[in-house]
Amino acid sequence: MRPNRSKGTKSNPLPGFGITLGFTVMYLSAVVLLPIAVLLIKSLSLSWSDLWTAATSRRALYAYGLSLGASFVAALLNAVFGSLLAWVLVRYRFPGRRFLDGLVDFPFALPTAVAGLTLANLFSANGWFGHYLTPLGIEGPTRFGVVLALTFVGLPFSVRTLQPVLENLDKGVEEAAAILGAGRLRTFVSVIAPTLFPTILTGFGLAFARGLGEYVSIIFISGNKPMETEIAPTLAVARLEAFDYSGAIGVALVLMAFSFALLFTLNWLQGWASKFQRP
Amino acid sequence: MSQPASNGTARRPRSSTQENPWVKWLLIGIACLFASLFLLVPLINVFAQAFSAGLGGYWSTLKDPDTIASIRLTLLVAGISVPLNVAFGVAAAWAIAKFDFPGKAMLLTFIDLPFSVSPVVAGLMLVLMCGAKSFLGQWLEAHGITVIFAVPGIVLATMFVTFPFVARELIPIMEDQGREQEEAALILGASGWQTFWHVSLPSVRWGLFYGIILCNARAMGEYGAVSVVSSRIAGKTDTMPLRVEKLYQDFNHPAAPFAVATLLALLALVTLGLKSYLEWKNEEEDESG
Repeated sequence: MRPNRSKGTKSNPLPGFGITLGFTVMYLSAVVLLPIAVLLIKSLSLSWSDLWTAATSRRALYAYGLSLGASFVAALLNAVFGSLLAWVLVRYRFPGRRFLDGLVDFPFALPTAVAGLTLANLFSANGWFGHYLTPLGIEGPTRFGVVLALTFVGLPFSVRTLQPVLENLDKGVEEAAAILGAGRLRTFVSVIAPTLFPTILTGFGLAFARGLGEYVSIIFISGNKPMETEIAPTLAVARLEAFDYSGAIGVALVLMAFSFALLFTLNWLQGWASKFQRP
Repeated sequence: MSQPASNGTARRPRSSTQENPWVKWLLIGIACLFASLFLLVPLINVFAQAFSAGLGGYWSTLKDPDTIASIRLTLLVAGISVPLNVAFGVAAAWAIAKFDFPGKAMLLTFIDLPFSVSPVVAGLMLVLMCGAKSFLGQWLEAHGITVIFAVPGIVLATMFVTFPFVARELIPIMEDQGREQEEAALILGASGWQTFWHVSLPSVRWGLFYGIILCNARAMGEYGAVSVVSSRIAGKTDTMPLRVEKLYQDFNHPAAPFAVATLLALLALVTLGLKSYLEWKNEEEDESG
């Protein structure tokens, strides 16, 4: 940057840059960066073989598998039902639409402890749903319950990611397809769906990420038995409660690696998706 | 949200960009059925279970000193962490949206970090940072401050998980508004503070309220991070979500956890109500100019 042509703070007459940026960086460092740095430094001071054994024990591998698998299935369910909800909310006018729209945010606003509590109760043998489902062999405190809870917490992400994109979708393209003789289904499959796909994938990724970190609702619903319904975050807590710090750190590092990898993928995905939004 | 274009076409029998009415109503039906079974029934169930032991049982759970203490602690924790995060969010939005500087993209990524760290891992980090074995923890202990397994740890954990809410909400709105209005105010002789208070803040107020209510809902409902750093002593370090879980373990009073849960469910409903109101308000302002 040449000093005489810099368009940075020099030509900007607004005050308060130094103090607000200073406060931002200081607060960010104290609240977020310092704890993360401590975790990383601490893990460096532990022996690698200990960490490796802790992070790759059979129980841990099972927990990652369940975390990833259940989050994946939940995100997939959310991609299907979330897209349906977004489509219905944007494209159709019907009584109760506003109410339905508000309801979508409910899992986001409801503390997950309450979500876990009420879902566990609904699917217990005496619950409103479990009453009918338990005789069929579908029980709450199983992997099914884990998927259910993760679907609940992830739903708003897929709906709210797709909704604005669907609203801004150019109707002209659909009209063009219709004029060229495409039926409604054909238009949807070959014109609308490909445009929305990157966004649906972004919503899928967000719901997946939300599922990986979820902990509370699972404790209520699954009873978290090792090698059965124990997910990675519950394993980390179990080890921490047993004062097995290196064991907990090992799992925590793997979880962080997953979420950062996902964060980068999502950033890339959103960049890709935004290319589709403006014709 | 209603678009004049789609309303216009709705009146015509069936345009080329609309589905067969059968398909339309089938899709609406599935969406409504899914939403009621999956979202509405769980909500109703909270209240139904809470009152299954009668009104007396409901009140006796809420009047329990341990429950009252958990409500107090939750309010205290939200009362400290939310204002701090609001102050941070406003400062960060001002610096990021109104100025250009190197490293801005990295700063934005750092602000988003707490969203991608599992709350449990966040709690673990705080235990490692301020626990009895750590350097900082021992220093604090020597000065009579216990962080982990006490209230300061709960506040720190809550601050961590609710960190990005306000900043994330404000940054895009402030960026959209540019800085012409502020520049005009300064040229007309307003001081920096006056400009911020009378020009910048009013124009982002709905976004700010929105960020605050979301931040508050999360702060009051947080469980994962808080459970790791709390000693979970009833009446002392139990927040409302922790209290719900503890009551759930007591199988003799199945309605008790739901009684406390109704308060949290009401919080969620109030949050949603305010959110819809703010969106409506925002749209109204957009339309009027």
